[in-house]
Amino acid sequence: MSGTLYLVSAVAVSAGITWGLRALPFAVLAPLRRSAALRALSLQMPVGLMLILVLYTLRDVDPGTWRTLAPTALGLAAAVLLHLRTRNAVVSILGATALHVTLATLWQT
Amino acid sequence: MNDARVRGAFAAAAGDTASVGLSLFPLGVSLGVLVVHTGLDWWWATVFAAVVYAGSLEFLLLGLVAAATPLGQIAVTALLVNFRHLFYALSFPLRQVRPLGRAYATFALTDEAYAMTAGGRARGWSGARILWMQALCQLYWVAGATLGALAGGLVPAALHGLEFALTALFVVLTLDAWRARRDPPVPLLAAASFAVAAALTPGTPLLTAMGLFTAGLLARHALARRKAARLLVVPEALAVPVPAAAAPVPERCAS
Repeated sequence: MSGTLYLVSAVAVSAGITWGLRALPFAVLAPLRRSAALRALSLQMPVGLMLILVLYTLRDVDPGTWRTLAPTALGLAAAVLLHLRTRNAVVSILGATALHVTLATLWQT
Repeated sequence: MNDARVRGAFAAAAGDTASVGLSLFPLGVSLGVLVVHTGLDWWWATVFAAVVYAGSLEFLLLGLVAAATPLGQIAVTALLVNFRHLFYALSFPLRQVRPLGRAYATFALTDEAYAMTAGGRARGWSGARILWMQALCQLYWVAGATLGALAGGLVPAALHGLEFALTALFVVLTLDAWRARRDPPVPLLAAASFAVAAALTPGTPLLTAMGLFTAGLLARHALARRKAARLLVVPEALAVPVPAAAAPVPERCAS
């Protein structure tokens, strides 16, 4: 599959499924209200899914080399501390990323 | 008169979205920067932001397409990551929007749009005000992504670790979700699912981990239901394994 066709398909699939999840429930509101299992899933899924995504983004970090480990560990600590202190997503993300990029770039050279 | 009403709805929506715009725009910028650093043309940032229009999925999608992930796996990832949207319909005031506008109102029903209308806050809003609120949110996001992508070429390639913005984004979302609902077994189950997935299926850790996690939550729900049924000493509930969707939970009996 060519690069552009693949990208267009990936965008179309993602957009289609997202829109479906947002629009279709309006057609089946009653059964949705009744299903205790679905309701429990929707309440419990976010924290777990987001944690899985954190771990997924860290899968290429080599724990054996402190050169990659240290910027990542310090960046993670910064993200958690900043967010607990400020509760401001933009401050936490930009602050932690700036620290990580600075450390990773300095250590790389 | 009609013009005045439209202007009023727009002005109200501009006020509604001012603070959320302050977070959407810079996050859009970081998405745009990442798009060009992934090696895609700048306008893909605009396409991702405008068409997919689901923040965390767009960041994730970048990594998935960079690794040429099969479309089926992208589809399941989109389904699981955005599963929570299924429940936004329960409280979003779609009936206040005219039928023609409903296609867009559902398309743009993001976490932010949901949060701004949650808790009955939008009960008195006109359809136009709801649609303008959603359009402005999307505008901030798409404009940020586009600007970020155009400026991204100026960011020196020697900078390492820009993709850490994605990790930081998910850390923040994890903490926010934890604050909304503190239930220790859930993150433990998620971490265990990822560990098992990384060991068993190193090629598709995300998909396996999300599958295991979802199955684990459903199993936990079924166990809790059986325990509750036993406590209530309802003989039928013990004899028949009730399908999860069929039986009411105790809290609903009370209401």
